Amino acid sequence: MDLHTVTEVISPAGPGQWRPGDAWLGGGTALLGEPRPHITRLLDLAAAGWPPVTVRDDGVEIAATCTIAELASRLGRHGIVLQCCHAFLASFKIWNVATVGGNLCAALPAGPMISLSVALDGTCVLVGPDGGERRVPAAEFVTGEGTTVLRDGEFLRAVHFAPAALGSRTAYRRGSLHRHGRSAVLLIGRAEPAGGFSLTVTAATRRPYVLRFPGAPSAADLDAALDTIPGSQYVDDVHGRPIWRRHLTRHYATQIRADLLA
Amino acid sequence: MTIEINGTPHDRAPRPGQCLRTYLREEGWFGVKKGCDAGDCGACTVHVDGAPVHSCVYPAFRARGRSITTIEGLATGGELHPVQRDFLGAQGFQCGFCTAGMIMTAAALTDAQRDDLPRSLKGNLCRCTGYRAITDAVEGRPAAVRPGAGSAVGANLGAPAGPQVVTGTARYTFDVDVPGLLHLKVLRSPHAHARILSIDASEALAVPGVEVVLTHSDAPDRLFSTAQHENEAEDPYDTRVLDEVVRFAGQRVAAVVASSEAAAEEGVRRLRVEYDVLPAVIDPELAMAPGAPLVHGDKGVAHGIVRADANVVGELHAGIGDVGLGFAQADAIHEATFRTPRVQHASLETHGAVGWLDEDDRLVIRSSTQTPFLTRRAVSRLFGLPRDRVRVVAGRVGGGFGGKQEMLVEDLVALAVLRTGRPVKWEYTRAEQFTAATTRHPFVMTVKAGARTDGTLTALQLTVLVDTGAYGNHGASVMHHGCHETVAVYRCANIRTDAHTVYTNTVPAGAFRGYGLGQVTFAVEQVLDELARMIGMDAVTFRERNVVRPGDDLTAPGAHVPDLGIASYGLDQCLDRMRAAAASPAAADGAPDGWLVGDGMAIAMIAAGPPGGHFADAAVTLLPDGRYELAVGTAEFGNGSTTVHTQIVADELHTTPDRIVIRQSDTDVVGHDTGAFASTGVVVAGEAVLRAARALRARILAAAGRSPSEVHFLTADAVDGIRLAGLGPLTGRGHFDGTPRSVAFNAQWFRVAVDPGTGELRILRSVHSADAGTVMNPLQLRGQIEGGVAQAIGATLAEHVDIDANGQVTTAAFRQYHLPTFADVPVTEVHFADTTDAIGPLGAKSMSESPYNPVSPALGNALRDAIGIRLTELPYTADRIWQAMQQLP
Repeated sequence: MDLHTVTEVISPAGPGQWRPGDAWLGGGTALLGEPRPHITRLLDLAAAGWPPVTVRDDGVEIAATCTIAELASRLGRHGIVLQCCHAFLASFKIWNVATVGGNLCAALPAGPMISLSVALDGTCVLVGPDGGERRVPAAEFVTGEGTTVLRDGEFLRAVHFAPAALGSRTAYRRGSLHRHGRSAVLLIGRAEPAGGFSLTVTAATRRPYVLRFPGAPSAADLDAALDTIPGSQYVDDVHGRPIWRRHLTRHYATQIRADLLA
Repeated sequence: MTIEINGTPHDRAPRPGQCLRTYLREEGWFGVKKGCDAGDCGACTVHVDGAPVHSCVYPAFRARGRSITTIEGLATGGELHPVQRDFLGAQGFQCGFCTAGMIMTAAALTDAQRDDLPRSLKGNLCRCTGYRAITDAVEGRPAAVRPGAGSAVGANLGAPAGPQVVTGTARYTFDVDVPGLLHLKVLRSPHAHARILSIDASEALAVPGVEVVLTHSDAPDRLFSTAQHENEAEDPYDTRVLDEVVRFAGQRVAAVVASSEAAAEEGVRRLRVEYDVLPAVIDPELAMAPGAPLVHGDKGVAHGIVRADANVVGELHAGIGDVGLGFAQADAIHEATFRTPRVQHASLETHGAVGWLDEDDRLVIRSSTQTPFLTRRAVSRLFGLPRDRVRVVAGRVGGGFGGKQEMLVEDLVALAVLRTGRPVKWEYTRAEQFTAATTRHPFVMTVKAGARTDGTLTALQLTVLVDTGAYGNHGASVMHHGCHETVAVYRCANIRTDAHTVYTNTVPAGAFRGYGLGQVTFAVEQVLDELARMIGMDAVTFRERNVVRPGDDLTAPGAHVPDLGIASYGLDQCLDRMRAAAASPAAADGAPDGWLVGDGMAIAMIAAGPPGGHFADAAVTLLPDGRYELAVGTAEFGNGSTTVHTQIVADELHTTPDRIVIRQSDTDVVGHDTGAFASTGVVVAGEAVLRAARALRARILAAAGRSPSEVHFLTADAVDGIRLAGLGPLTGRGHFDGTPRSVAFNAQWFRVAVDPGTGELRILRSVHSADAGTVMNPLQLRGQIEGGVAQAIGATLAEHVDIDANGQVTTAAFRQYHLPTFADVPVTEVHFADTTDAIGPLGAKSMSESPYNPVSPALGNALRDAIGIRLTELPYTADRIWQAMQQLP
C-alpha cells in the first residue's frame, strides 16, 4: 500500500544515514504491507548492490538483500533451505521481492529465514551508524515478537554460515492450521558432524529456542529440554492456541529425534 | 528514467512511498486490482521484467528502468494469451475481481509449479469459485459453449462479460477516471461506546489539500438503516450519517475530504476529538441483563426497535403444538448449545463509491452495491432530494455475498459531493472491511429435539440469540429467516421458538449469504444427527421420515407470509444422493494410516426469494440494427444472473446471445429493481426479463402482421421474412413482484479424516446435491454451488472475526483471517435434482445462497462420526479439534 507519509527515498543507502522516522528498506513486501504513518524516509539497502550469495573459504554469506527467490535458486539444493522457503505464508511471487534480511528483521515468530538461520548456527552481521560491524549469533538476533537486537541506525548486512552448516543432516517439521497457512510450529533438528545434536524451535514460541545436546538425546532428555521452554513463551494468536503449539512442538520433536537417529 | 508499461514509456515519477499498484492505476491501467493492499491476495499481480510480483507491496520507485506487464498487456497482436483463452473457456471466474491477478500468476508458472497448484496459487485468493473452475482454466479444460439460436437455456453459456474480465477491461467501481476527484477518509472511533464532546478540525483544515471536514453537525438530522430492503420497515432506523454518539470501535467520527488520499489521511491524523467514554456491552449474552449499558436507549418502538430498554431489536416467541407433550412422547431427546462466530464476506473488491454532480447537477453515485435502486431511495430521502435528482450506478461489482445489500459508503459520499460540489471517492481499505463494514451475525443457539424409535420427530425447540452489533441492520430479519426454513423443512407437530436479536457495542452484523439459515441449520442438523444415532437410525432415513413432502404446508412458529409453497420437490432425489455417497466404501477415499475417518450429511431448504415483496422491471428493445438490448436493474457480481437473463432473452427471441446488448445496474435503465439479494437474480429479475422478452416478441410478430402464437415466424435476424434490422426500435417490458414463492433444496455429504496426533481435519470426499428446478446453465450453477460450498468450508474450518474485551476487531487483514486458498478446498461432486418448478421462470429456482447452508453441519456431523465428539462452536480448526480430543477418557 502507499506509505503516504514518506517524503523521500535514499537509494542506495548506507551507514550513518539513518535518523528518527527512517526505515531501512529491503524488498519492501513487509514495509508496504501495513500502514506505517511514523515513517518519513525509506533508506534503500536493496540498491546497495551487495552480492546475494558469497561462497568463501570460511563459509557462505547471504546478503540481507538476497531475495528469497535468489536464495532458493542458489542454495535450494540443500533441502533445508528449500523447506524454509516453502514455509513462507507468502507465495513464490513474494519470493521475487522479499529478502532474507527483511524476514529476519520483521522478527515474526513464523519467519522462516529466522528458523533457517538459527537452525544452521548462522551469525548475523550488523553494521552500525559508524560503519563498524557487530556479529551476533542468529539464535540471539530475535528477542521477541517483532523485536531484535538491532539498535537505532544499525542494519542487518548479512547472515554468515560456517562451511559445513548448509550440508548438515537436518530434519524438518512444520505445523499450521491450514495446509499452506502460516507456520504455527516450525522445528528443525540438526545432527552436527562432530556428533552434536540441536533442535531449533520457532514459530511456536515468541523467539527462537535452540535445545543443544552433546549427542542424540534420549526421549527423556528431549522431554526435559523441551520443558525448559516456559509455557508463557508459546505464542497465543489466531494461528494456533498455545496449548496446541506446545503439544505439536513435543509431537514433532519426537519425530525429528527418530528421523535423525535413523 | 522512465517506467515501461505494456510497451509504452511512462515518464511521471512515482511518489516516494508509493507502491507500484497505485502508480499503475494512476497511469490508467485499471486491470490492476486492489484486493488487500498488503501482499496477501494477489489481485494486483503484474510482471516486472517478466517476473510476477504483487504490485501492492512493490515500491514504485524501483520500477524505474524496468518493464511492467499488466493484464492489459498480456495479449499480443489482438490474440488472447493462451491463459486468458483458457480462463474464458473454462469460465475460471465469477465476479472476476481476482482474475487479472490469477491470470498473470498462471501465465508465469513453470511446469513444476503447474504440477503443484495448491502451493503455486497460495498467493491468489478467489472468494467466488472454490477454485475448481480455476483448476480447469489453468489445466486447459474448456467448458463454455456458444449455443445456437433458441438453444441457450440449459447450455453452458459463458458470462457475457467474460472477454472483458479476462483482459482486464471489465470496469469495476473504481475503474473510472474522474477529473478533479477528491478523496475521502474517515476518523474512526477508538471506543466501543462514547459521546463526542468536541471535534477540533483546525489542524486538519490546515493540511494542504484538505477541502472540508465533515462531522455530526454537518450530517442530516435523519435516521436510517444501512440495510436495504424493499419494505423499509424491516430494519430499525437507528443510524445517522455521522452521529454524536459512537456505538462501536470503528464507527465513523468525522470525514476529511482532500485533493489526495495522502492529504485526507494526514487530515484525519490531525483531528482532535474529545470523548466522554460510556459503558459498553460487548457480550450478547449480557446485553439483555438488567443494568446492561443501553446501545440505543434514546430510541424505541417508533424507530423499529421492540425493546430498546433491554437492547432487544427484535424477538420471536411462538409455537406450534405443545413441545412439552412432544418431548413426553419421545423415546430419545438431545439438547445442545451451538455458537457461530462473526465471519467477513471478504469480497475481493472492498466497499466504496465515487460520487459527482452531472451536467444537470444531478447527484450520481457509482457504487459497489447489490442494490442501486434502494440505495437511490435511501440517499434521496436522507438528503431531501427528489428521486429523479439522484442516480445510482454499479459497474461490475467485485463480489457481494450479502455485504453490499447495505448502504455503508454512499450516504457519506453524497454528503461530501453535495457539500463540495466536486467529485468525491471513498474506497474502503481491507482493514476497514473487517473493522467497519458488516459481518455475518454471530448466533448462540440451544436446540432440543425429541424422537420416537420409529423415527418420528416429536418435538423441536429452538432458543436463539442473535448479535446484531451496534446497529440493527438486518438483525431482526436474519433472526426470523434463520428460524423459518430450518424447521419448516420438517413435519413436526410440536415446535417452539424463542429468539432474540440484541444490540452490543460491536461492529454491526449484516446480510450474509444464507441470511441466518446457515447458523440455525448448523445447530438443528447436528441435533437431529445425534438424535438419529440415539434411536439407531441412519441419518438419511431419519430425514426421510420427517421432511416435508409435496403438498405439505411449510409451517414454522411465528407469523409468516403465506405465499411460500412447494412448487417443485427434489429433496427426495437429494437424499438419495446422500445415501449413495454414504454407501461408498471409505477405504477408497485414501485416509492416511492411523487417522480417524467419519462421514456426515445435512440438508437445507430455502425460500426462493424474500417475503413481503421483491420487485423487478426489465425491458427488451429491438434496436435499429437488428440486435436486442436488455435493460435490467440487477447488478452483476459473479452471481451470473446476467448470463441467465441473456439466455432467457436469446431463446424467447430465437436469437443468439452475441446479438444481445446488456444495460444494467443503473437507476436510469429501468423503473425499479429491488436488488440482487435473497437469491432473486433468476427467479424475480429473470421472470421480469422473461416477461419483457415475451412482450417484445409479441410486438415484433404484430409488426409483421402475425399473431403472438406464430413464434415460428421469428428467426435470429428476421420475422416472417422481414429483416429485423430496420424494424426497431420496439420495446417489450416486463415486471415481476416476486410472489408467489417456491422453495429450493440442498444436501451436503462429507467424508473426513482426522489426525489424532495433530487435530488436522482433511476432507476426503465432498458430495453436494441441489434441487434448483430447471438448470438454466449447468456450468454456472455448478460454479455457484462449488463457490458456496467453498465459502462455507472457510466459515467451518477457518474463519473468525475476533473482537477483544474492548470491542476492537483484532483480525483486520487476510494474514490474520484465513480465507480458503486453493489448497484448502476439495473438489465437490455436484449433482442436480431433476425437477421443474411451477412458479420460477422456465421452471427454475434460486441457487446462490443455499449451497452454503448445509455445509457446516455436515462437517460437524462427519467430525462427530470420526472422533466421537461433537464440537458445537465454529470454526473447527486443528487446535480446537485436538484440544477437544484430549478431553476423551
